[in-house]
Amino acid sequence: MSKILKLKKGFDINLAGKAEKTIADSPLSETFALKPTDFIGMKRPKLLVAEGDNVKAGTPVLYDKMQEDVMYCSPVSGEIVEVKRGAKRKILEIKILADKEIEYETFESFNVSDVNSMSREDAQAHMLKGGVWPNIIQRPYGVVANENDSPKAIFISTFDTHPLAADLAFTLNGEAEAFQTGISILKKFTEGDVHVNHNSDAEVSATFGGADNAQHNKVSGPHPAGNVGVQIHHIDPVNKGDIVWTVSPYGVVQIGKLFNTGKYDASKLVAVAGSEVSKPQYYKTFAGAAINKFVAGNLKQDHVRFISGNALTGEKVEEDGYLGFYDNLLSVLPEGDHADFLGWIMPKKNVLSFHRAWGLFSFLNGKNKEYVLDTNTNGEERAFVQTGTFEQVVPMDIYPTYLLKAIMSEDFDNMEALGIYEVIEEDLALCEYIDVSKHDVQEIVREGLDLMQNG
Amino acid sequence: MFEKGGKLEKFYYLWEANETFLFSPASTAKKTGVQIRDAIDLKRMMMTVVIAMIPCLIWGIFNVGHQHHLAVGETVAFFSVDNLLFGARWVLPIVLVSYASGGIVEAAFAVIRKHPINEGFLVTGMLVPLIVPPTIPLWQVALATIFGVVVGKEIFGGTGMNVLNVAMTARAFLYFAYPSQISGEVWTQLAGETAVDGYSGATALAIAQNTVTSGGNDVVAALGEFFSLNNMFLGYIPGSIGETSTLMALIGAVILIATGVGSWKIIVSVFAGAFAMGTIFNLADANAFMALPAEYHLVIGGLAFGAVFMATDPVSAAQTETGKWIYGILIGMITVLIRVVNPAYPEGIMLAVLFMNVFAPLIDYYVVEANKKRRLSRATV
Repeated sequence: MSKILKLKKGFDINLAGKAEKTIADSPLSETFALKPTDFIGMKRPKLLVAEGDNVKAGTPVLYDKMQEDVMYCSPVSGEIVEVKRGAKRKILEIKILADKEIEYETFESFNVSDVNSMSREDAQAHMLKGGVWPNIIQRPYGVVANENDSPKAIFISTFDTHPLAADLAFTLNGEAEAFQTGISILKKFTEGDVHVNHNSDAEVSATFGGADNAQHNKVSGPHPAGNVGVQIHHIDPVNKGDIVWTVSPYGVVQIGKLFNTGKYDASKLVAVAGSEVSKPQYYKTFAGAAINKFVAGNLKQDHVRFISGNALTGEKVEEDGYLGFYDNLLSVLPEGDHADFLGWIMPKKNVLSFHRAWGLFSFLNGKNKEYVLDTNTNGEERAFVQTGTFEQVVPMDIYPTYLLKAIMSEDFDNMEALGIYEVIEEDLALCEYIDVSKHDVQEIVREGLDLMQNG
Repeated sequence: MFEKGGKLEKFYYLWEANETFLFSPASTAKKTGVQIRDAIDLKRMMMTVVIAMIPCLIWGIFNVGHQHHLAVGETVAFFSVDNLLFGARWVLPIVLVSYASGGIVEAAFAVIRKHPINEGFLVTGMLVPLIVPPTIPLWQVALATIFGVVVGKEIFGGTGMNVLNVAMTARAFLYFAYPSQISGEVWTQLAGETAVDGYSGATALAIAQNTVTSGGNDVVAALGEFFSLNNMFLGYIPGSIGETSTLMALIGAVILIATGVGSWKIIVSVFAGAFAMGTIFNLADANAFMALPAEYHLVIGGLAFGAVFMATDPVSAAQTETGKWIYGILIGMITVLIRVVNPAYPEGIMLAVLFMNVFAPLIDYYVVEANKKRRLSRATV
């Protein structure tokens, strides 16, 4: 039974510098990196390679001592040039110098009828070994799924409503076959449905729309309508004891390709976007690409911040940094370290605000105005004062302020009762954006999830 | 010098408050989490409330002059320089004392507790002068503000943690500690001159009470031409400095609602609750005050000011949207209940707001419990 969701609450952040749907003619990045810190649940990462080793695309590089069967593989072939470590020898980046021609590890490939008749166990073993398992994220907690679980349902959101988000219909254009294989494989893991959720406000892409073995739902509304967590809440919510899995469309395609071609294919189209990019467009590369090739000679000015991911949930990276494992967007925004004379009361028309307090006139600009926003915090942290605004940007039956306060006071019973299992950071990211008192809402949510998971 | 290890490290937050007052800080988003932030901050939100109070303040200044000149038998136009100068002479010192005394307490607590100075006081410092009579001694203003800030807020942990509305706490303190300066015929600043014969400085609420105790049967007639519905709505009447004009309070309400800073649900429901209670009394009709047409309750006394600026204080009000309706309606109803039924307290809004401040967490508790139950019941399906 497909569902149609019409969400009203939320807030679109319309940033300037959206990527045009063209693919840049640019040389491939020289180095790529796998960052254990991209995998939130990873507790004890162990290396399988050493500096100087040669790897192929799909060679296992890393695993988690707590989840030994899940392999994290090299996205490209080449030489391990550096293992960058931080305090207490924590592994930060495993850098790989890519070959000119990418060589792939050869895994077994299957035709359509093999895929359909394959058992869950065989599919699981193939995915674990072939490096595609980390695409499967478990709710609650938003961590890489435990391969021994049977989720009650699997959710795939085929659209991204975050600011400057890459258009998934464009980046995965022509991958319908791999997408279908991925869905067929995922279906083996659940007694329930594989939900494929589409944006009702846009044409359904041929890549996702025709997939069998899945329930197709339609969702409309402002951000966070595209967040899979919000969709789960309305379609088949996570209750205490429930497990559901989520997979990005890219992940589904990557799983499909592993079975169709026998390759761990980490190639992807990434969007390079933001107001400070001279020519925002898409780049063909591999997961974990160094960002320098995307931005060299492509910036309007120097004083910028590079963000792997989007402006709400992304992570700041340096100019010599790398895109995150799951990210398909590099946002480039102006750095906001400027003090404004009487900045707390002067009228502002060009700074987007969800609020309409004195002098904040952005609501007069209409929905189509694009904003150049910098990274200034526009104020300092204060106690919670304003009420009722978080609820307006979270289209779920949840009281975010009460949940956050329960987390801050480490009140386990209330965290559970108030719905912590239903959210991860991205679902409450808009609260952090609009917060008058400038709390680090996403950090608080993760603290709560860590508490619930590890006690 | 004020940084860590500096000579005046202790006073860092004082310095910081001044610095951030002149320049919004150059701080940027952290490495993880949102990389962009909304343009709003607490200073701007609080200043919006202060701006919404300015019509009440200006009207209050003119009206203090107007009431004085009426009392001493001089005829001057309402918006005249005479009224302005006389009003400013008595009102501005109260504003200054309120800001100064409360500000010192805030700063002291910020330094001792090592936290930034909170902007909530921008609002409290303006609210207190608007809810006291123009004849109030300045030392009482200082004492009440300090009491309000310390007992109403700081002992609970500061802005955002308080249970009671700070300004209402200050006023309640005055009311119970120094009743002779805040009740009776204190609403007109005579400034040492003598009132003309036949002048009564009583407020509409006092007249209504007197009508009942003296066995009269028509409050509207007792109120007379001077306290006509129209005059009370516009605010040409004696009373606390900022609360006489329902119209000015409504202008403030429009600003608060349009900017989203004040909850329209609370404002509307306080008026609705008061009107409903007035109507119930009309039906009961047991004495002259009960028979007072319900619409009079909306323009008499401090109801409008309280509904717009006191009940909407987000920290002490109910915090859930459903809770806000219940909270507002009960404030309106209790206000009228106290006015009509309890002759000891001529005005009910102060106690009604404080009373519901105490109950707001309970209302929220049940609203949030209902949410938890929905989640639980879903699990068993």
